[in-house]
Amino acid sequence: MRVIDDMTAILTGLWTTWKHILRRPVTIQYPEEKRIPSPRYRARIILTRDPDGGERCVACYLCSAACPVDCISMQAEEGEGGRRRAAWFRINFSRCIFCGFCAEACPTMAIQMTPDYEICRRDVMDLVFEKEDLLVEHCGKDPEYNFYRHAGIGVTQPRGEGEGEKPTVDVRGLMP
Amino acid sequence: MAGADVIPDPMEITLVIAKIGLVLLVILTLAAYLVFAERRILAWIQDRKGPNRVGPFGLLQPLADLIKLLTKEDFCPPAGDRWLFFLAPAMAAIPAIMTFAIVPFGAPVRIFGRDLPMQVADLHVGLLLFMALSSIAVYGVALGGWASNSKYALLGSLRGLAQLISYELSMGLSLVPTVMLARSFRLSDIVAAQEGGWFILYQPMAFAIFLVSILAECKRIPFDLPEAEGELVAGFHTEYSGMRFGLFFVGEYINILVLGGLAATFFLGGWQGPLLPGLLWFWGKVLAFAFLFIWIRGTLPRLRYDQLMHLGWKVLTPMALVNILATAWWLYLAGSSPL
Repeated sequence: MRVIDDMTAILTGLWTTWKHILRRPVTIQYPEEKRIPSPRYRARIILTRDPDGGERCVACYLCSAACPVDCISMQAEEGEGGRRRAAWFRINFSRCIFCGFCAEACPTMAIQMTPDYEICRRDVMDLVFEKEDLLVEHCGKDPEYNFYRHAGIGVTQPRGEGEGEKPTVDVRGLMP
Repeated sequence: MAGADVIPDPMEITLVIAKIGLVLLVILTLAAYLVFAERRILAWIQDRKGPNRVGPFGLLQPLADLIKLLTKEDFCPPAGDRWLFFLAPAMAAIPAIMTFAIVPFGAPVRIFGRDLPMQVADLHVGLLLFMALSSIAVYGVALGGWASNSKYALLGSLRGLAQLISYELSMGLSLVPTVMLARSFRLSDIVAAQEGGWFILYQPMAFAIFLVSILAECKRIPFDLPEAEGELVAGFHTEYSGMRFGLFFVGEYINILVLGGLAATFFLGGWQGPLLPGLLWFWGKVLAFAFLFIWIRGTLPRLRYDQLMHLGWKVLTPMALVNILATAWWLYLAGSSPL
């Protein structure tokens, strides 16, 4: 009968909501309770250093090129020993959409995303992070990696003496 | 109460005024906390926590809401009818509060050597007064929507008018069997008649009809078509702000308390119950009804307009009429002592 069906439907609904009254709320009371995001969470961007303490960033502009909202800008210069580095490096976090394309594009693992999501500021200009705000004193997610041991040939070490590199071949001695 | 030709003694007047003040205080406080309770319970139903920041467990939230409403701008639409616009919220809230005058909310007590009924006015036509006041409450909705001069408000008040008039009919008809059983319109007599057994046992059908009708009279989900926030912004009180909106709002909750109290009086034995004092029984029943209303709000979706009219005119009213006839037949067969 329709009436009985309808009554059953209403009572089933009431029973369902009753169960939810007794259930624990899923709310997280944010400022007091904070959830711990996954290590891969994409939030505040940092510039990491290599294990020797040198800056990893070689100012190649790839992150800036990959950035869909153009929030990364920098100026390249030549540092000591002929190494490229950024004279200044700027990320405008009021524009950043935390897509992580910059970190993907980086050939030296210098630019990385961190799980620190609390980067609100009262003044919007405080959201423009300069190089000294971005640069950290650790290696981030790749503690072993040192770009100049794999590449940068002729800049930090003579040719043919890098990690996993074969000695140079004397092209003149290759004659048959 | 003293007769009209006798000068009432000052003690009696003092007691009556004290009673009125107490009832007003309790009703307004309870209504404010009912808003809070509704927000918390709805939150629990939706697996949230609800307002819990102001004071311990959010218990001072009603106070914060009151301050907010009082300090907000009291706006009247330029094209609206100023007088009616300002009058309408009071016309919605005052009949709701006035209805409580006839509700017996506890067993009579002896104080200063006289019997004091726990009821502001024990009228011999109490039930009729309730019906009359609930008809007047319709004006608040109608005038509020009309005076706003806004299409949403007007649509809401039109719906409200049709709904309240339709459901008042079934509500009144569902109360006729209780009057037939108690043989009185006086609410204290109706309560006294339920000493042997609550009327819900004799009249489950009338109770069901009355429950659905008072849900509609309070304009609560699933009958909140006059407000229907998904369709009409806020229905008849769309244009209201500040404490005038607050009056509409708190009037709705006072209505819940009053109609819950009347449902308890008519069908659940009023203040009667074993062991505990009458006051506790009565307020317990009222709060149980309030919880039921909130629970239903958290569960059911809104009816469509044609479904609303169908339910009111083609289901509830005929059922109530048949119920009256059946009760009359039963009373005729049972003779002079039906209970």
